[in-house]
Amino acid sequence: MTGAPAVDPAAPPLLEVIGVSKHFPGVTALDDVSLDVRAGEILGLLGENGAGKSTLLKILSGAQPASSGRIVFAGQDYAPAGPEAARRAGIVTIYQELSLIPTLSVAENIFVNRAPTGRLGLVDWRRMRREATGILARVNLSIPPDIPVSALSVAEQQLVEIARALSLESRLIIMDEPTSALTETEVQQLFGIMEKLRREGVAIMFVTHRLEEASVMCDRMTVLRDGRLAGHLLRKAGPILVPRIIEKMVGRAASDLYARPTRRENAGAVRLSVRGLRTVRAADAAHAIVLDGVDLDLRAGEILGIAGLVGSGRTELARAIFGADPIAAGTILLDGQPIAPASPADARDLGIGLVPEDRKQQAILAMLPIRQNFSIAAMDLYSNRLGFMRSGREGAALGEYRKAMSIRMASPEQAIDGLSGGNQQKVILARWLARDPKVLIVDEPTRGVDVGAKTEVHQILVQLASRGIAIMMISSELPEVLSVSDRIVTMRQGRITGEMPAVEATEEKLMTLMALESRQGVLQ
Amino acid sequence: MTSPVAQRSLGGVNAFRVLKQFGPLLFLFALMLVFAITNENFLTQLNLFNVARQISITGLIALGMTFVILTAGIDLSVGSLLAFCGMVGAVVAKGGTANTLSLSSNAGAGYGWGAALLAAVVVGTLAGLVQGLIITRLRVPPFVVTLGGLTIFRGLTLTLSGGGPISGFTPGMRWFGTGLVGPVPVPVIIFGLAALLCHVVLRYTRFGRAVYAVGGNAEAARLSGVRVDRVLVSVYMIVGFFAGLAAFVLSARLNSAEAVAGIGYELTVISAVVIGGTSLFGGIGGVGGTVVGATLIGVLVNGLVLNNVSSYTQQVTIGLILIAAVAFDRWLKSRVRG
Repeated sequence: MTGAPAVDPAAPPLLEVIGVSKHFPGVTALDDVSLDVRAGEILGLLGENGAGKSTLLKILSGAQPASSGRIVFAGQDYAPAGPEAARRAGIVTIYQELSLIPTLSVAENIFVNRAPTGRLGLVDWRRMRREATGILARVNLSIPPDIPVSALSVAEQQLVEIARALSLESRLIIMDEPTSALTETEVQQLFGIMEKLRREGVAIMFVTHRLEEASVMCDRMTVLRDGRLAGHLLRKAGPILVPRIIEKMVGRAASDLYARPTRRENAGAVRLSVRGLRTVRAADAAHAIVLDGVDLDLRAGEILGIAGLVGSGRTELARAIFGADPIAAGTILLDGQPIAPASPADARDLGIGLVPEDRKQQAILAMLPIRQNFSIAAMDLYSNRLGFMRSGREGAALGEYRKAMSIRMASPEQAIDGLSGGNQQKVILARWLARDPKVLIVDEPTRGVDVGAKTEVHQILVQLASRGIAIMMISSELPEVLSVSDRIVTMRQGRITGEMPAVEATEEKLMTLMALESRQGVLQ
Repeated sequence: MTSPVAQRSLGGVNAFRVLKQFGPLLFLFALMLVFAITNENFLTQLNLFNVARQISITGLIALGMTFVILTAGIDLSVGSLLAFCGMVGAVVAKGGTANTLSLSSNAGAGYGWGAALLAAVVVGTLAGLVQGLIITRLRVPPFVVTLGGLTIFRGLTLTLSGGGPISGFTPGMRWFGTGLVGPVPVPVIIFGLAALLCHVVLRYTRFGRAVYAVGGNAEAARLSGVRVDRVLVSVYMIVGFFAGLAAFVLSARLNSAEAVAGIGYELTVISAVVIGGTSLFGGIGGVGGTVVGATLIGVLVNGLVLNNVSSYTQQVTIGLILIAAVAFDRWLKSRVRG
């Protein structure tokens, strides 16, 4: 920001990552990556989903060992055995999902595992409170240390985590998407604290999707792409500009993986029409993402790609249409008729299907056989009037999908969690196809799906669209959005920020619409 | 990672899988073998039907409890509910609360066993409905709702009966508790038919599939269009129905409805379900296991009694078996995935 960075260019870097790689069976998540961070600077770590950021963070925070390479921290070799060892060495990672214990007080959280004790070995509450107040002051927080963490806003909780990190005498604080759940004002507060820490000589590694923010805050940036180092960017006279960052992040031809599937005929009539859709902010989730007036048309036989960052409202849009979350205002028309699904069961009966984003938590019945996972949404079709399952029909239908989608399984009676991610996802797709839905919403259809199966899933989506199903595809992976969709809309902060035919879209255009502050981002 | 297991089971019999499925049953046979050797009276027809008759009451409730536990729920109120349903049934059988203690069965004033049976199961089902609605609408955990129910139904029973029993029913009603069809006691037949019905419902119907789905992953079930709340209310109604049916059979057998009937039954019932392999976390298990679990407890108690083991020691033994059964199940799960 203003003022010279508090970095002594002659001093050795605080953290040096030298040629670090991480291999998983069949996948190289991180390939020969090097970077360094100096005391008193903010280093931005950027890259698309799957670029290797999370893997690097896991290595630095002690959650996983590196496969090869060397890390030097404060002049010593650094290879933490676990998160606790990393913390003791002086590196603290603050994740998107905060790690405070909500039912305990702020002070108890700060001193978790190391409460100050008196002569009898009992907790010295007074001292703990006093010291907590002092620690909180370092991050400009003036909350009483006695209140439970659950009573704090997300922003305040984050600051408590930072305060705890400082009290542990951390010299490097890694922040993973710290602003994704914050309001504009809270972001500014956080930046103020980051700036203050920088001046105090703390090193900060700032991982973010929000390029504007990175541009404003970072002294230097390291950009990863496909697990490799894409380059370093250095702040000179002015901030590092967003287009330069995007160039570094994207800089590649669309890989073979995302070869554009064959085009379809022009899309048909409007199937689903959404106008002014708003969702409720629940009283107990003051920081949840809400839809703020979404207008959208989805045509029969088209694949509409929804591009947006985590927290843009894309999943909330899917859930609202599917009746999974209550709607505050707005209308939904299906084939011209107003609908108001009050539950997923209603939406299903209307001909809408949803393949949710988190397969494990929201889609599969992990312990149950594939057969039951397949037919759960279509049991009315595979049972008689008395409610008895017609397992012959059910099995025959599953057999067809098994062949058509080449689902690799030993037997329909096998538990679904024994399948690979790709095959699980195919079963979940088959679950909805069995109903022959009018509208199918797929949220992150290839998350956790291996490379080969990704292409298969894409082909399946294209086939479904050519059968006339209207498909809405939400994805964090821009190459996927670009190659599979016919038309693309971008979302940010619960609103649609742009729309274009896929043939005109580029990663740069989409990323600009997804990542820019909304006041600048409303281009349409 | 699963391929070695898959290969083994495709190639032949996987010992762990067999153990996992039939573990409780094998344990039951082993136990019966021990008792058959240690006591000559154990393996007599009279004794075995006696055991079967004893387990029918808690067994009936355990069938209903299986549905509840499969959804990852629990019902602690069943013992009290049994007493309450029994008392209501008795009042109906006697034609009012006035003439409660006449053992001389000139009970022409009553409404007959049909009305008594109907009253017992309707009251039980309604109680389940109310508890289920509180659980789903007000989002109170089942443990709390049914813990409340445990004292509420006991209190209602005492209020209704004034604390005493209601005794003396018609021979027609008593047949359901003491009658025989051939050599088989009527309660055993009722339990057997009910178990078969529950098995069919759980295994072969949409509703049964939904019960497993809700217990397996309620959010995924909801997002697949299962009306989760309806399923949950239904399972509490089912266990309530069986508490009512068990109450009727128990009253018929004892020729008396006691205000203190069924105390502690919830624990026996839950033990039977859990020993039978149904997971308290939902989604895994079934009626077959519950029948085995209930039988196991019945045989254990009977065998210990025959061998003159004190009732104090019996309690210790049942507790140990319960823990051992679950520990064994956990251990197997760590060996066999899926």
